[in-house]
Amino acid sequence: MKIEIKEAGKTYIENGQEFTALKDVNLDIEEGEFICLLGPSGCGKSTLLNAIAGFAPVNHGSIKIDGKEVEKPSEKNVTIFQNYGLLPWRNVSKNVELGLESKKISKEERKKIANRYIELVGLKDYKKSYPRQLSGGMQQRVAIARALAVNPDILFMDEPFAALDAITRMKLQDDILDICKKEKKTIIFVTHDIEEAVYLADRIVVMTPNPGKVKSIVKVPIKHFRERTGDDFLMVRDKIFELFNLKTDNYIEYNI
Amino acid sequence: MKKLVSIKNVIVSLAILIGIWQLLYICSDFSSTLFPSPLQALSALKEMIDNGTLITNIATSMYRFAIGYISSVIIAVLLGLVLGRMPGVFKYVNPSVQLLRPISPTAWMPFIVLLFGIGDLPAIVIIFIAAFFPVLLSTVSAVRNIDPIYIKVSENFGIKQPQLMWKVIFPAAFPQIANGIHLALGTAWIFLVAGEMVGAQSGLGYQIIDARNNVRADILLATIIVIGLIGLLLDTILKIIEKRIPGYVGGDKR
Repeated sequence: MKIEIKEAGKTYIENGQEFTALKDVNLDIEEGEFICLLGPSGCGKSTLLNAIAGFAPVNHGSIKIDGKEVEKPSEKNVTIFQNYGLLPWRNVSKNVELGLESKKISKEERKKIANRYIELVGLKDYKKSYPRQLSGGMQQRVAIARALAVNPDILFMDEPFAALDAITRMKLQDDILDICKKEKKTIIFVTHDIEEAVYLADRIVVMTPNPGKVKSIVKVPIKHFRERTGDDFLMVRDKIFELFNLKTDNYIEYNI
Repeated sequence: MKKLVSIKNVIVSLAILIGIWQLLYICSDFSSTLFPSPLQALSALKEMIDNGTLITNIATSMYRFAIGYISSVIIAVLLGLVLGRMPGVFKYVNPSVQLLRPISPTAWMPFIVLLFGIGDLPAIVIIFIAAFFPVLLSTVSAVRNIDPIYIKVSENFGIKQPQLMWKVIFPAAFPQIANGIHLALGTAWIFLVAGEMVGAQSGLGYQIIDARNNVRADILLATIIVIGLIGLLLDTILKIIEKRIPGYVGGDKR
């Protein structure tokens, strides 16, 4: 057992009014699983992610990782953000080395590890480039390399591909699956894109807003590197559409 | 090409300025001892260069300026970095800063002369005060305005103080801090002259007072021009330094 979420909830007081961002979430996540938190904005998916990652712990119920209550962020669980979070004054190599600098590792070793992950994400020729000189997709690859460099158990991804164009996004989806297989990481991935969730996840946690809660958990029983237009893919997608009440009823009468 | 155009702009602009001066000289009724022509000022400049007074006074002024400005910038930036991370403390510091800030540094002058006497110190103190508040306030606001994602990332990777300060917060805030440092350079240079006019027996500011006492308007104007030129030079040097700092514009070396 890796992550245990029990009756987790989060309330804020805003202008004297209590606001429930997250309510009664129960979820167990196994080691090596790829979980997608899917839902429209305001459904609490980012709140839940931030809580598991330790940036803003819940104030009801509990979230435990390996039996330990989550209280603050840890180097064992790295978050990748939508806007990359790269340091613009550092080049690619130096950005990837950032997380290694607070560990007791020699400079040479640090360089070696950084190079390994820069090559893994396919940016071998851009080691000396600065973030601003790279495209959005490449910047996100740097962020992924930086996260992997510290060898975390869990990767949290907060709509990491939302700012990228559709084609770059699909390429990166394949890459992250690839990396996930090679490096054997548990991934918790927040998205509002139904296809993305169906393509990536082992299980999709479908969330709905007002207040943010889990509506359903959908298992995707298809092997990875899924055919995006395959029957089984479309079936799972259909199921999600139904959960969000997005399917139009086919009982329309036509009067000619 | 762009550089050539800007040099052309500078030359034309200065030529117009000197032209207006010459025109005023021709049209006005003042005696040329009180209102000298550009040419007379130029010969006074040559006289000062030849007898060495100009170089000595520039050296004296630059020495005071360097000490006052650099020490002010260092202390203000360090204090600003700390206060920027402690909004609770800054709430109590800010009212006093806002009270002291609008006081012209020259208003302190008589007090400083009474305390320290005449010499290098009053001018240095004036420059220090002149540069201090703009740099302090721009550093505080720079630190407060840095993208919270940098802090989040650092927290995630277990980067703690003091590394957090010099690896993340300072570089992230640097562009805005540099802006404040740059603005303060001009202000400090303006107040150097004021400081030396009252509290010193040497330097460019004193040279102006000395020229007035001797009714040497040509030396006076020549000194004013030198003060302007040095101000322009300092500004240009700072711009060049800023461009060379990596990451100042997000790593784009243009």
